[in-house]
Amino acid sequence: MTTSTAQPPAPVGPRFKKQVPHNVKTSRRAAWMFAPSLLVSFIFVYVFIGITVYISLSNWKLGTSPDLTLRQPFGGTYAELFQEQRFQADIRNVVIFTIIFLVLAIVGGLVAALFIHHVTVGKGLFRTVFLLPYALSFIVTGVAWRWIFAPSTGVNEILRSIGIENPPGWTTDTTILGALNDPSGTDFLKIQFGIPVALLPIIFAAAWQLVGFAMAMYLAGLASIPEEHLEAANVDGANTWQRLRHIVLPQLWPSTITCFVLLLHVALKIFDLVVAMSGSGPGFVTDVPGIYIYNYLTSRYDKASAMAIVLLLLTLAVIVPYLIRGYRKERKA
Amino acid sequence: MAVETLEATPSRPTESGRRKTGDVTRKPRSWNLPKTLGGWLVLAVCAIATLGMLVPVYVIIATALSGSSGAPNFFLAFPDAPSLEAFKGAWTKLHGSLANSLQITIPAAVISCLLGSLNGYLLSKFPFRGSNALFTVLLVGMFIPFQAVIIPVFQFLNMLNLQGSLIGLIVVHIIYGIPITTLVFRNYYEGIPSAIIEAAAIDGAGIWTTYTRVMLPLSVPGFVVAGIFQCTNIWNDFLFGFILASPAAWPATVTLNNLIGTTTVDYSELMAGAVLVAAPTVLLYLVLGKFFVSGLTAGAVK
Repeated sequence: MTTSTAQPPAPVGPRFKKQVPHNVKTSRRAAWMFAPSLLVSFIFVYVFIGITVYISLSNWKLGTSPDLTLRQPFGGTYAELFQEQRFQADIRNVVIFTIIFLVLAIVGGLVAALFIHHVTVGKGLFRTVFLLPYALSFIVTGVAWRWIFAPSTGVNEILRSIGIENPPGWTTDTTILGALNDPSGTDFLKIQFGIPVALLPIIFAAAWQLVGFAMAMYLAGLASIPEEHLEAANVDGANTWQRLRHIVLPQLWPSTITCFVLLLHVALKIFDLVVAMSGSGPGFVTDVPGIYIYNYLTSRYDKASAMAIVLLLLTLAVIVPYLIRGYRKERKA
Repeated sequence: MAVETLEATPSRPTESGRRKTGDVTRKPRSWNLPKTLGGWLVLAVCAIATLGMLVPVYVIIATALSGSSGAPNFFLAFPDAPSLEAFKGAWTKLHGSLANSLQITIPAAVISCLLGSLNGYLLSKFPFRGSNALFTVLLVGMFIPFQAVIIPVFQFLNMLNLQGSLIGLIVVHIIYGIPITTLVFRNYYEGIPSAIIEAAAIDGAGIWTTYTRVMLPLSVPGFVVAGIFQCTNIWNDFLFGFILASPAAWPATVTLNNLIGTTTVDYSELMAGAVLVAAPTVLLYLVLGKFFVSGLTAGAVK
């Protein structure tokens, strides 16, 4: 906790260590002053989510002609969704994107932080450059990487010059690497589950943009490791690897959790980057829930809402435990 | 809740203190070169990785300078005769949207920071029953995918006749900016000794007077951190602008994305546009990097 460095002169008791001793009246006033913000947020977050849930269960299709009757059978839109080839492709894409992106960004950020933490000269410069992409819009990153992976002028030129005759078509490539199944028309699963080649450039772009974020988190974590711990390990004759394995990495665990949760929720919500780099792609190889929702915003309110709720549940599954953990920690403190 | 900035929120550096640390880093200009082989290896890895990170930046700039010929034949090529021709085209198409982005970003960032500051002050200095739980409830708004509220938001703006307008976008950015700014300021005010508030209370100042007379003047670094964070976020926003704005109100990110044609892409112009759109946030980052870092780690809930 970033507690105040200077404590009030005479702490009344542990409960009042950090806060001003105050009476019921001021307390109530504070609550009333906080109420408007809370109310607005409550409406625009919770009530609006509730409305979206309702729309996803209703018959409302065209945005301009509201139809708030409930669809029969109940939840039919979700049933329709789960069987769709496009929906299944979206889930595959977001899962694959998230996993590879997280590994690249977190491992990359950790390695970068370990090196930059120990470099003797140019530390500020390296740090600044690594974090620079974070200041960019996903659209800027997207158009740049679109150009880098443009099939006839981009990295393929390099691949050709080193003798790879048929380099991939990148964002327009329909190849699925390591496909686990070969769907026939009657299966529930209508897509090949594997790693779409077309996603790779988008994953690289996202990792490039956010590796600096992970690095910044890890650098903050590294700076907070007490020097004595490392010195003690030195005295005990631990080598570099042992120090890393038994002292540094365990102390970086909180940074890892933070990176993991914050980057995971960015990955689930990825939208702008994909729009700028490829859109849905042939056979929805680069489609993601965000684009799906956007495409149905004019024609199918029910489907767009249902997909939005699926995306919301995926995000909340990560965020809520994280927030509750933080809340519990605070109560203990 | 133990929400905290990992990189501690700036501890209100006094003017003299800041100057002193500035001097310390500036004085020993002598290069502290590595003394061991391992040290050189670390330096080499850092340098190579940093150059690698800069490749896309180089690509954007080199292509933007390649003139009006459409696009070079190879992404790494540096133009033989660099020209600013592509910037002219990009500026013609983007300047209106850049102005929109500015008009959205400034008021939305200022107002959401003011609200966040008041909330942060109340939550950190006058916690009431259940305030921590309510704060956690509020924070969820920071993480939700906005697609889950976009239809009601769209209908809501329609009701108020704000759909498609700049004002509509500003309102939306303010509302969804409240959780993050509240978080940043709550952390910031935790670092300000409560004794100051007590002293004001003894002098007879109420909550509001204490806020305007005592807290606000102490909040400049907090406003810098939250302001940079909000400016960057709002400037870089695409989703709200894409869905909620009419063409006349398009922010720069949306117009930049629309420069990608359906069949051919004029990459020179696109990259020049990318430079224009990226310039404000990159400058903000390069000039105020330290505060930028504090802001970006602000979402860290431990």
